[in-house]
Amino acid sequence: MAEKFKEQAVIIRQEEISYGIYSMWLKTDRIAGLSKPGQFISVYCHEGSRLLPRPISICEIDREDRSVRIVYRVVGKGTEELSQLRTGRNIDIVGPLGNGFPLKEKKAFIIGGGIGIPPMLQLARELNCEKQLILGYRDSLFLQEEFKRLGTVYVATEDGSYGIDGNVLDAIRENGLNAEIIYACGPMPMLRAVKAYAAEKQIECWVSLEEHMACGIGACLGCVCKSKERDRHTNVNNKRICKEGPVFRAEEVEF
Amino acid sequence: MNTKVNLAGLTLKNPVMTASGTFGSGVEFAEFVDLNKLGAVVTKGVANVPWEGNPTPRIAETYGGMLNAVGLQNPGVDVFIERDMPFLTKYDTRIVVNVCGRTVEDYCDVVKRLASQPVDLLEINISCPNVEEGGIAFGQNPQSVEAVTKEVKKYAKQPIIMKLSPNVTDIAEMARAAEAGGADALSLINTITGMKIDIHSRTFSLGNKTGGLSGPAIHPVAVRMVYQTAQAVKIPIIGMGGIMTAEDAIEMILAGATAVSVGTANFRNPTVTMEIVDGIREYMEQYHVKNVSELIGAVK
Repeated sequence: MAEKFKEQAVIIRQEEISYGIYSMWLKTDRIAGLSKPGQFISVYCHEGSRLLPRPISICEIDREDRSVRIVYRVVGKGTEELSQLRTGRNIDIVGPLGNGFPLKEKKAFIIGGGIGIPPMLQLARELNCEKQLILGYRDSLFLQEEFKRLGTVYVATEDGSYGIDGNVLDAIRENGLNAEIIYACGPMPMLRAVKAYAAEKQIECWVSLEEHMACGIGACLGCVCKSKERDRHTNVNNKRICKEGPVFRAEEVEF
Repeated sequence: MNTKVNLAGLTLKNPVMTASGTFGSGVEFAEFVDLNKLGAVVTKGVANVPWEGNPTPRIAETYGGMLNAVGLQNPGVDVFIERDMPFLTKYDTRIVVNVCGRTVEDYCDVVKRLASQPVDLLEINISCPNVEEGGIAFGQNPQSVEAVTKEVKKYAKQPIIMKLSPNVTDIAEMARAAEAGGADALSLINTITGMKIDIHSRTFSLGNKTGGLSGPAIHPVAVRMVYQTAQAVKIPIIGMGGIMTAEDAIEMILAGATAVSVGTANFRNPTVTMEIVDGIREYMEQYHVKNVSELIGAVK
């Protein structure tokens, strides 16, 4: 059983890196040392009326400094509260949660779409292979400069304001790229298209899924996805995204 | 100081239990909680066969609460016995298995399968708002509450707790029906049926459209219903509904609960059950309460 902890982390730094997108570094006790790319942490609000933890993917890990970075979009009251917290404030977190990405030495597409981009940064950092980093944005860019230091970056924007006018698959096709393995995180339509592309090209493909969660540790069965085979734990065709996931082989889950 | 309570002839080391559906079979929470410190672990609902549950999203947060529509997904009683019972028996805590079904026969089937297991109590879920047949269909009419209770009681080798729904006009009437059917104890309240709509996408927030509301938002409703039920029946009550702190638990006990179940609070804080056990002791020290059972129904 992978170890996980409930800790009071301290905010080391927080900044708005794009419109409504925040980057927060958290000093942890044990969590950073145990974290892997593709895992997430549960972040608890101070405000008592907001009961459920916010599951947020880990964007970067500094194991020596025992800190983790999360990059999140303000989408509701909980993330709005987080975005207002200043350096030095404590915040309860639980982690590391979920399975994370497998690290394979194969020529890779690392695909991130929107707020699915952050977890790909630590993955890109830890993968030891030829890396093609394909980032899809709606309009304004974030983290793109940091990805540039880790491999070749291809950008697509929906409004065509930067890079390829279109989506991540347009960026792959228009640049004539190929790969032996795909890692992807992003909105469902993007993941569906990536899964279809991988099946067509017969490329190994790993996707990171999200769903509304309650416990975040596999107890409540709130965040399941349909699986192709009967799952060993649930004994039905459902897998727990927070526990067996959030990273799955694309063909083992239906979405 | 004595924190023990007697529930349907069984001694619990303290009145703090987990609420069904929020704690699995304890495996995941055991990484945060010493299960030996709890009065009892109440499992997620177990049916005679595996259930797939409802479509996602199954969870939505609300102000001071949350809605869930998991729909009693469970691996079935065979896997439960094979995998979860050996885990639970390692701990020095009472084991309460929550039983769900679509028909009376389903409930009886599970109860029979559990007869030879080292289970301490059975909690019969006749009040899940998220499945149409079974669940709530049995819990909203006193004749069917009494009939299901009688039928399950015929086969049960362990004392049975009937878990009641708050989605009724008169909770006392349902409680009396369960008592008349032979229930050894009652659990209340299950969640309150609710709905949430996303105004931006103009869609229902839950895949099932409706879900069960839980959390501190429903606590006063639960306290009121536990009080009314305690006035109406002689069998012990397990009080639940939005218990977040030891204070909430004590309030429930004062209203008439012999034990309490902590549910949604586990999501807010995975170690909350142990903190509630400690908090009850602190309250007892502060007010020089020798036996926690002195507090049961002690509201003046």
